[in-house]
Amino acid sequence: MKEYKTINEVSGPLIFVEKTEPVGYNELVYIKLEDGTTKRGQVLDTSKDIVVVQVFEGTGGLNRSCGVRFTGETIKLPVSIDLLGRILSGSGDPLDGGPRIVPEDRIDINGAAMNPYARKPPEDFIQTGISTIDGMNTLVRGQKLPIFSGSGLPHNDIALQIARQAKVPGSEEAFAVVFAGMGITNEEAQTFMQDFERTGALERAVVFLNLADDPAVERLITPRLALTAAEYLAYEHNMHVLVVLTDLTNYAEALRQMGAAREEVPGRRGYPGYMYTDFSTIYERAGVIKGRKGSVTQFPILSMPGDDITHPIPDLSGYITEGQIVVSRDLHRKGIYPPINVLPSLSRLMNSGIGEGKTREDHKAVSDQMYAAYAEGNDLRGLVAIVGKEALSERDRKFLEFADMFEDQFVRQGRDEDRDIDTTLEIGWNLLAELPEAQLTRIDSETIAKYHPAHRAK
Amino acid sequence: MEVKGTIYRIAGPVVTVIDVPTKMYDVVKVGNEGLMGEVIGIEGDKSTIQVYEDTSGIAPGEPVENTGMPLSVELGPGLLESIYDGIQRPLPVLMGLMKSDFIERGVTAPGLDRDREWEFTPVVIKGTEVKGGDIIGTVPETHIEHKIMVPPTVSGVVDDIKSGSFKVTDCICTLADGTELTLMQKWPVRAPRPSRKKLMPNIPLITGQRILDGLFPLAKGGTAAIPGPFGSGKTVTQQQLAKWSDTEIVVYIGCGERGNEMADVLNEFPELADPKTGKPLMERTVLIANTSNMPVAAREASVYTGMAIAEYYRDMGYDVSLMADSTSRWAEAMREISSRLEEMPGEEGYPAYLSARLSEFYERAGRVDTLSGLTGSVTVIGAVSPPGGDFSEPVTQNTLRIVKVFWALDAKLSQKRHFPSINWLESYSLYLDLLSDWYNEQVSPKWLQLRGDAMEILQKESELQEIVQLVGSDALPEDQQLTMEVARMLREIFLQQNAFHPVDTFCTMEHQYGLIKAILKYSDMANNALESGVPLEDIISVKSKDDLSKVKFEKELDEELDKVLATMDNEFETMREAVK
Ligand SMILES: Nc1ncnc2c1ncn2[C@@H]1O[C@H](COP(=O)(O)OP(=O)(O)OP(=O)(O)O)[C@@H](O)[C@H]1O
Ligand SMILES: [Mg+2]
Repeated sequence: MKEYKTINEVSGPLIFVEKTEPVGYNELVYIKLEDGTTKRGQVLDTSKDIVVVQVFEGTGGLNRSCGVRFTGETIKLPVSIDLLGRILSGSGDPLDGGPRIVPEDRIDINGAAMNPYARKPPEDFIQTGISTIDGMNTLVRGQKLPIFSGSGLPHNDIALQIARQAKVPGSEEAFAVVFAGMGITNEEAQTFMQDFERTGALERAVVFLNLADDPAVERLITPRLALTAAEYLAYEHNMHVLVVLTDLTNYAEALRQMGAAREEVPGRRGYPGYMYTDFSTIYERAGVIKGRKGSVTQFPILSMPGDDITHPIPDLSGYITEGQIVVSRDLHRKGIYPPINVLPSLSRLMNSGIGEGKTREDHKAVSDQMYAAYAEGNDLRGLVAIVGKEALSERDRKFLEFADMFEDQFVRQGRDEDRDIDTTLEIGWNLLAELPEAQLTRIDSETIAKYHPAHRAK
Repeated sequence: MEVKGTIYRIAGPVVTVIDVPTKMYDVVKVGNEGLMGEVIGIEGDKSTIQVYEDTSGIAPGEPVENTGMPLSVELGPGLLESIYDGIQRPLPVLMGLMKSDFIERGVTAPGLDRDREWEFTPVVIKGTEVKGGDIIGTVPETHIEHKIMVPPTVSGVVDDIKSGSFKVTDCICTLADGTELTLMQKWPVRAPRPSRKKLMPNIPLITGQRILDGLFPLAKGGTAAIPGPFGSGKTVTQQQLAKWSDTEIVVYIGCGERGNEMADVLNEFPELADPKTGKPLMERTVLIANTSNMPVAAREASVYTGMAIAEYYRDMGYDVSLMADSTSRWAEAMREISSRLEEMPGEEGYPAYLSARLSEFYERAGRVDTLSGLTGSVTVIGAVSPPGGDFSEPVTQNTLRIVKVFWALDAKLSQKRHFPSINWLESYSLYLDLLSDWYNEQVSPKWLQLRGDAMEILQKESELQEIVQLVGSDALPEDQQLTMEVARMLREIFLQQNAFHPVDTFCTMEHQYGLIKAILKYSDMANNALESGVPLEDIISVKSKDDLSKVKFEKELDEELDKVLATMDNEFETMREAVK
């Protein structure tokens, strides 16, 4: 490989290299520093005059006399089944003192788009043991369902609880977990690692860690490495893989930083105009393929700047993912764990994962009715603040009480409380039974006759 | 003419080439692998190409070749039941050729199957004079009869016409000047196909969706936009339209959206029956799937590919509906490419020509007299995905300036699980007047009156709601409480419609009329009863009112509705007796 000493300019995370032989777009680049260390980069723009390279480990310590080598290939992840149990850096180097992976194959980390025709619509119910998810925002295998959270909220605990408890009822197999930390603090990383070790989950996990003090540009490849590993385990080794990506907000910040360095015309709030497309090349790497056994399910976490769901990061994510689980500061302040607000939450694939033969025939009706009742009760809270409880009709008072009980009994549960779907639906019915039966307009009479506690008791 | 040149520069999907003469929109093969691209800019001896495939690894100096042809679609039998990417590559075929479940590059396949044979029956004879758009014969494509037409730019006298089994590229007709016609023709996607004249859109598109047909109808050949934040129901609504609209042909474009949604359509449509013909929905459908993670340049092209196909079936005299989900992703593709070209950005970084492109696109909708004298239509429904759900952004605003129907999705409604989450106060249809004759003749002369009454009650509710927010509902006078109750019925019974319920998913015009009439009948009787002294409490707790809320889920809606109405009469009769 020819080494060029023709860096013309270093600017932010970018270097500009002159007088090269033809260099391919997106190629992997090695940059050798004077102290002998090597950094990696990727070609962003290539022409006969100049090649623009973004440097993953940051351009600190770089100058015009560094040597640049173009590898002639795009970035690849060496893969083998031995990835399981390993902890790797945000660019894929071992962090756990273990040996380098002896590759069975080397796979382009950008991953080609799945042919839509090859996809099988996801439909296998995953029981997370968390009522607000299983009961009202059901997750299915092959879905991408993010947690929208905010700083200081217990999203990591929720993600860990899901990673521990997730199972497909009736199937013995545990999920393999691929974890990608992007710009997370050392402490957060510790929490995750300790939990993985405590529960023995690490054996079935691959961990990629880019910490807060690691270079921001590296964050752009961390999730892609993780998803490449996940696809490999899913499609070559028939595993069901749960991918936890945290925190996408740090990823987006890195993307913004790169855009600024390239002097691009910024889109909304300074984020690049192509952020939607870029996000999609991460989120769309979830799914199930016809005729293959494995699957990739994504559970990305992102913190909403200023708790604002219309901020471009949650907004563009929500436009790609198949719903969202929204963590609420209000519920958290009330001391409720997990503080999941079901109203803005949604699982778009819920309908294909529930019902007779999958969960229970009454599942949808219970969920719809609880949504309607909780939404109504919650609205009334605003009114009560103005006119007082006395001004409410008897009916409205019932709904107001329902909202409180719902939060206290259905939403609230222990960090280690693993509720099966029957338990979740039972809690739901007991709460609904507190409302006048005539108000259960979302449930048909047969279902009421069969499941309503008042009728069953007889 | 030298058609070969070399690559000068690559930056993502935008490639600059030198030493090759080009025209705007020529299709160019780029690099050693011959990736497909299209000329989108020319400056001096350099041309800028948007490439429809991933450009990773392509290097300056690699060859390029200009085909000299604009980006075109293949039109002929075999389009129906197909699923294509944005540049009409059949996805199932690609899967076979690539031997992969993922889209690899450098592989291409023609839009129409070259080996399949079709049964052609001519309708002209030797000596017939034909011109562009004339039908020369038919092919049974699915249950749809595919009409083989003379390409719009060709005319002459039939010298020879065949009959029998042919492949799409076989010659089936020769004109006196030697021109050979095949079952297939090509058409440049960015150019509208010609028609004789545009007609007034005065027939509604019946969608089976109560809030659409009932309150904000779209006309065949009309245009509608459905903007809304994520998760508010754009895709479900578009898919409902694709399933239940009473058009003969449906073109559904997944433009920069999710792969699983397309898989869902592929899974479901062959199983569902068209309410009009009873045939599988797939038989009338063409799918275009250029998901968000597929190349943006092909996403940009996808809406045109879909439109050209839609116009082609329109030219056969069919009613076609075209759904594009989402036009915002198309606009973003334009923005991305424009910024790579370092063009002067307009509002929010979108190119200055955004508005022109949008109107050119929607302008291709319409009900027309075709070149052969038939009547056909293309109805266009575009989803819009405004950032942050804010309708003041450029794509929504530019779209609303063009389209005649606005279905405004509302996150507040979807959070309450009020579906379809279309806001009845913000939405509008400008076709209502044009359609009034149709309603009077086909539904009932009373229909528009009832619709107006319902809208008035809903409007009134929102005014009362503001008072209730301040003082609570018990403080309202009883007649106003009753109005609120009727409005609730209109919302819950008529407006709410569950797309996933086997019966409720589709509601005929007749049933829509029945439901709205029943609710308003309750309203009248309730108001009378209130005046004659019946307590409000009794009026709103009649059993027939609860029954009415369940009727829409019944298969035998008519019978059930009659029963409910009879009960209602009795109940009110009894109440009136009691206060006499
Ligand atoms: N008519 C309906 N009946 C029942 N459920 C509905 C209806 N419309 C929408 N929904 C529910 O809302 C969810 C979101 O709808 P949809 O996927 O259409 O949103 P969208 O506006 O297309 O969002 P995005 O912009 O992210 O694609 C659906 O998964 C479904 O659960
Ligand atoms: Mg959608």
